[in-house]
Amino acid sequence: MIRQELKKLVIYGFFLAILLIPMLGFRSTTFEPGRAFKTLGVFMAILILNLALKIFRNRRGKEAVVKKSWTERTGEYINRLPKTFTIGGLLLVAILFPIFGDNYVIDVGITCLIYVCLGLGLNIVVGLCGLLDLGYIAFYAVGAYTYSLLNLTFGLSFWSALPIGIVLGMMVGCVIGYPTLKMRGDYLAIVTLGFGEIVRLVLNNWDSLTAGPNGLFGMKRPAVYYPSFSEDGFAWAVYYLKSLPALYYFILVITIFTIVGVRRLDNSRIGRAWIAIREDEVAAELSGVPTTWIKLLAYALGAAFASVAGAFFAAKLSYTNPNFFLFMESCIVLCIVVLGGVGSIPGIIVAAFVLIGAPEIFRGLENYRMLAFGGIMTTMMVLKPEGLIPASRRKRELHENQEALPED
Amino acid sequence: MEWSAFFLQQIINAIFLGSIYSLIALGYTMVYGIIELINFAHGELFTAGAFIGVIVLTALQQAGFVETHFILTMIIVFVLSMAYVAVLGVAVEHVAYRPLRTSSRLSALLSALGMSIFLSNGMMLSQGVSDRPYPQVFGLEGIEFMGARISNGQIFIILLSFALMIGLQLFVHRTRLGKAMRATAQNKTMARILGIDIDQTIRITFMIGPALGAAAGVMVGLQYGAVRFDMGFIFMIKAFAAAILGGIGSIPGAVLGGMIIGTIEVMWAAFLPSAWKDVTTFTVLILVLYLKPAGLLGESDAEARV
Repeated sequence: MIRQELKKLVIYGFFLAILLIPMLGFRSTTFEPGRAFKTLGVFMAILILNLALKIFRNRRGKEAVVKKSWTERTGEYINRLPKTFTIGGLLLVAILFPIFGDNYVIDVGITCLIYVCLGLGLNIVVGLCGLLDLGYIAFYAVGAYTYSLLNLTFGLSFWSALPIGIVLGMMVGCVIGYPTLKMRGDYLAIVTLGFGEIVRLVLNNWDSLTAGPNGLFGMKRPAVYYPSFSEDGFAWAVYYLKSLPALYYFILVITIFTIVGVRRLDNSRIGRAWIAIREDEVAAELSGVPTTWIKLLAYALGAAFASVAGAFFAAKLSYTNPNFFLFMESCIVLCIVVLGGVGSIPGIIVAAFVLIGAPEIFRGLENYRMLAFGGIMTTMMVLKPEGLIPASRRKRELHENQEALPED
Repeated sequence: MEWSAFFLQQIINAIFLGSIYSLIALGYTMVYGIIELINFAHGELFTAGAFIGVIVLTALQQAGFVETHFILTMIIVFVLSMAYVAVLGVAVEHVAYRPLRTSSRLSALLSALGMSIFLSNGMMLSQGVSDRPYPQVFGLEGIEFMGARISNGQIFIILLSFALMIGLQLFVHRTRLGKAMRATAQNKTMARILGIDIDQTIRITFMIGPALGAAAGVMVGLQYGAVRFDMGFIFMIKAFAAAILGGIGSIPGAVLGGMIIGTIEVMWAAFLPSAWKDVTTFTVLILVLYLKPAGLLGESDAEARV
């Protein structure tokens, strides 16, 4: 067996060398193979490590195979703690966080929370309803541009523009959802990708409305009333959320609303209908699920959450331009959903912080971020399609035909 | 320039662009025909072909080989880049598709998408973010024809792509391997029972399809004079629209679809605001999927597959 594996290793090494040396060795006109060999070394080290692990596991027998990964064990351990305790603890950390962090850390925190909202919204479409949406960032753009335009042209405040943005986002969601109702899988993926690009190109080309690639700027920040006790007595004063901690608390509230909303939806009749459609559309329809409406609802609600996040994003930066809404952004959000575990709310929250926060910590490796995202996506799908913290239903489904299932 | 000459010029441009889209679309159609999945990494394989082309061509130009043996240079450039991408295609299949052959479509799609992001960023890191200039080996001379001009490079590219398409058609319909491919596409289980090596057939499909894409990549580089790590994305969507329009799984369909998409794009850019030409392609793609998902020349059972 070891001989066979070694033979495989040599073949892999040979092909990797063929693939890596021309692509990495030649830069402009010179041939410097050093980089190629270094990369080859890294890949081979991973393969050898993998082989060693395999042999090690084989020696130890079958027990090692059924062992759960540490993330799952941690997840289960946390699940065993009283709910109020974990949620309260997390909330306390989230609330105290700006006091201990400097502005840069708070800014990263805000970005992470925006992506948590986006991930949870996409989770409705991809995770619960099983429709692969590659143009999700378009709804984010709709939210951002709706607020920007309403604020700049009509002077509408954040709060009055927000419902309009949500409704518009839902409408765009239905416009994208309706023609794709009959499609499944890859066709749907390509069509949503196309829609996402159409939205971006329209924003980019419609100069008279959206100022094209220059973007819009000068939007007002969201404002809140606060009680003021001045000489004239009690009054409500207006406070614009300008400082980073204020914006942080604002997005924290939005995130909590999103988490509660998605959780309630997941456990509702609609959520069960979504999962039924994901499992088997024909069977769901025969059982009386109105698939057309339920699917449209998935698009609309997913879009609504993205739209809220987008409006906040535009208000926070006070600037927006079409290049914030590239296809790559959709991929990042999708990667968060996939890594966290399709359909799993805690998983997505953790994944958003890992994928968005970690590159900020390792600043020097920023160029490798998207490379890692791609690698993670493929590896996760091949090795652990249920994600870091799997949703229980999803996990059972993915491992249906494996006998050694240590499920209770 | 006269109106008729202008129109003729646009038709020449459309055939040129259409033949490139057709070549890429063929890769999609072949892979889809056999495993019923979109190869999301196809755009990146196309870009990889263009990069290998520029690397080989630059090296040969520095050696002064281009002036003395022009035809041989072209053969070396195309063969090497197609061979490289064939290996890369097999690697992609081995890593991202084979382990997921029996799992859900969503998993396979996501894994292919991950592969596409990985390759695209790998090329960005290894070859840089800026445009990589292609050596201009074709001069400016060409043929004047009724007031329109067609350059030598364009003639060469159109002829080569038609040769590749005809070669592919002959391969699929006249050889044993081609027969095995058609059988696998029709019914995998039955093909296996009859002694066809399914793994081998899929591997060969993943060699030929991307190799055609690589040829298209080199052609794009030769004609437009530059390659970029992310150019595969826009070509991927257009070629995909072409494959769908012609009917996915059908080789003549992919060629027809490529020509139609090329014509629409060139004509739109010539007569209407060209900033919106990409929007048109996406709209065509969505309309075709909505109105006639089987495509123009697709098999009737494709409708059930959508």
